[in-house]
Amino acid sequence: MRLLSYFRGEAFQRGVHPPQCKLTARTKIRRLPFPPRVIVPLSQHIGKPPRPIVRVGEEVVRGQPIAKADDWLSVPHHAPVTGVVEFIGLRPGMRGPWVESIVIRAHPGATQEDLWGQPRDLSNASAQDLLQAIWDTGMVGLGGAAFPTHAKLTVPSQAKVHTLVVNGCECEPYLTCDHRVMVEQADDLVEGIRYAMRATGAQRAIVGIEDNKPDAADAIRAALARRGPLPEGEIHAELVPTKYPQGSEKMLIMALFGVEIPAGGLPVSLGMVVNNVGTLAALGQLLPRGRGLTERVVTITGPGVARPGDYIVPLGTPLRFILDYAGAPEAQAKEVILGGPMMGQAAASLDVPVTKGISGVVVLRGEDIALGADRKIYPCIKCAECVESCPMGLNPSMLGMLAAKREYDLMGEQYHLGECFECGCCSYVCPSNIPLVQQFRVAKQILREKAAAAKSS
Amino acid sequence: MTIEIRSAPHIKAPRSVPTIMRHVVWSLVPVCAFFVYQYGLSALASLLVVTASCLATERLFVRTGTQAGDIGDFSAVITGLLLALSLPPAFPLWMGAVAGFVAIALGKALTGGIGFNVFNPALVGRAFAQAAFPQAIATYSPSFLPGRFTEFVPSSLAWPLMQPADLMPWLKERQLDALAAATPLAKWKFEGVLAGAEELLTSLSGHMAVGPSPLLILLCGSYLAFRRFLDWRIPAAILGSAGLTAWLLFALSPERFPNPFFMLFSGGLILGAVYMATDMATSPVTPKGMWLYGALIGLLTVIIRYYSGLPEGVMYAILLANAATPLIEKVTQPTPFGKSALARLGQAKRGASYPLHPGYISREEAHAVTPKKRFLRNKPKPEERRKPEKSS
Repeated sequence: MRLLSYFRGEAFQRGVHPPQCKLTARTKIRRLPFPPRVIVPLSQHIGKPPRPIVRVGEEVVRGQPIAKADDWLSVPHHAPVTGVVEFIGLRPGMRGPWVESIVIRAHPGATQEDLWGQPRDLSNASAQDLLQAIWDTGMVGLGGAAFPTHAKLTVPSQAKVHTLVVNGCECEPYLTCDHRVMVEQADDLVEGIRYAMRATGAQRAIVGIEDNKPDAADAIRAALARRGPLPEGEIHAELVPTKYPQGSEKMLIMALFGVEIPAGGLPVSLGMVVNNVGTLAALGQLLPRGRGLTERVVTITGPGVARPGDYIVPLGTPLRFILDYAGAPEAQAKEVILGGPMMGQAAASLDVPVTKGISGVVVLRGEDIALGADRKIYPCIKCAECVESCPMGLNPSMLGMLAAKREYDLMGEQYHLGECFECGCCSYVCPSNIPLVQQFRVAKQILREKAAAAKSS
Repeated sequence: MTIEIRSAPHIKAPRSVPTIMRHVVWSLVPVCAFFVYQYGLSALASLLVVTASCLATERLFVRTGTQAGDIGDFSAVITGLLLALSLPPAFPLWMGAVAGFVAIALGKALTGGIGFNVFNPALVGRAFAQAAFPQAIATYSPSFLPGRFTEFVPSSLAWPLMQPADLMPWLKERQLDALAAATPLAKWKFEGVLAGAEELLTSLSGHMAVGPSPLLILLCGSYLAFRRFLDWRIPAAILGSAGLTAWLLFALSPERFPNPFFMLFSGGLILGAVYMATDMATSPVTPKGMWLYGALIGLLTVIIRYYSGLPEGVMYAILLANAATPLIEKVTQPTPFGKSALARLGQAKRGASYPLHPGYISREEAHAVTPKKRFLRNKPKPEERRKPEKSS
């Protein structure tokens, strides 16, 4: 509750307003050429990695399944290019450690047309069949969390879903892929929303869009007007005040409906399912054609990129190839962020491929970083900026001091560490430059390990 | 080529500790300027000497490594300026230097430097001066004396370790009575004379011995609050609670107690509320705690002023509240998102864009019980999942 927030009418309490830097909000989505080699890590999502079903030396066609879901919380992968499987084994992963991957050498002469998928009519499919079809596309949440979409759309037996919330906030600075998808692929998005509504049984869908992209809402409304009344129910596009982290599902639901999801609960406990616009637009494209997810829209941007833009990138394209194409002189690039600059992960190597959950590649130069992370770390002066910006209503100042003293149990029990979703607001505002989020991540990991140890013993 | 790995967030708000401190110093410049305009050369020398003493002490302790931070962060400048503003303008300079040393050494360096101090360092220095030099600190020189820019008040220039000369003969020379050298609070407490509004607010009329101008402090403070360099809740709570208590007592017996306006604008209450109580390290971080902390200061100030032997109570009130800060924080932790009473009831806040439940769904269905972990307890068996629906 800041002095002016009374009069401004903000959607959810606290949060921050980082500079938006949406360099690519007006450029059309372009296609990236196919790289000579793609690297498909098996684990690209939350849950169990799938099992490879191709052998080294086997020829694969673009869109052909190359890995099979091994568990309910697992999705298949499809070959992003036509070519030959060159290698199955460890390759650099985005988190640092090498991960099990399938490397495919692209066939230089192939047209790279997706010939595998068979068009099909899903207009009368049951919810069960739709979920199976979604599972077969290998779709995961394209917003960044990479949670398998079929699992997200599966409504537990005791619950009833009445509303599908479509997340078009894109509150991260720099990223514009969802924005461009909403503007250019509004028809696919509406199609995808209809599938998701049928899969969940929702009677209405509300697309929440931050008010810095009114053109996206206009495009969706125009697509809806072209479509006329829908048998599934009503779809609305709604603008919400721009603020970070609006893209968190809890914050978006707060902004749209004014309810707090109870701590530890999921949106489904209030009868809602939240999905990203990118995910649903991709579903709208893939499902009727019977294809698998082989490419996604990625924002390649940042001060270190000569030709920033939103590109359709084949999954598994190495960062080095992308940056060469978009024009990022390697001498300038100091930090390459996968995802947005607030929650994204710094790439450990340029040989890391683009995976399903990467929505952006932000390249920062030395001088952009110097503004932030190189600054001196002071002791906490208890300025309360973090308390005023934590969207979850925690006390990061206290948590940070406890973390420095390694009082992890106290953090979890009394100061609600488990509620933190690492949005980065506290570290962003901290005038003492204390790496709060990093401390919390470590603390959560240690608490998880402790809990696992207690369970197993 | 090398790329660096850093942890998220990769961008940073421009504000840093030196920025905050520098802004507070800039906002104090008009207050100090008017203080010098009121009291002349003595006030200027006092500001300079006390601040220099604070900076030198800070430097000493940073050098020896007993204290975090460094003198580039401007926090010692704030301590020095605030300490000088809270002392009488003609306070002997050597005593000011000692108070500045004690402020940083005992108030700050002892507990580890910036961010670790328990008490506001400027007030620690002032409390020390009050205890060590009771006579000098009770002697206030009148404002707007003719010739204040060309000569020092004699007490300023006392030799080190010497008591200052008595001001009475010097005042008599200028045809001023002894009352001119007492603050409005002391005059009310010991003589029963109540100062008027215009004297308190600007001190432009007559030779009143008031401190830095409250109006100017409020103005500079509201700039800081607007830019969010200090939290508006603390001054609001202090002034509200002090005003309310004073008004209550005034209503009970108007002849015994002064009016609430006099209470708020006399002495150091405004300076304390805006600049001293809002010291970040010694005030609570929780919003509710700030209200409680401010209310405590206001209440204690009025009680000390009315019932103790001292004319002024702001300093002790703030120091006591500083001591209570960790406890206040502990009992006023913020409620996390999703744990409020509204969230437990599943109620919506007013003013939402959409009703939670579409009209055509009955409430019973919408409130169907759901398990917490839906993917563990409710996971369908693989063979069930693969089976096509028989009904269709």
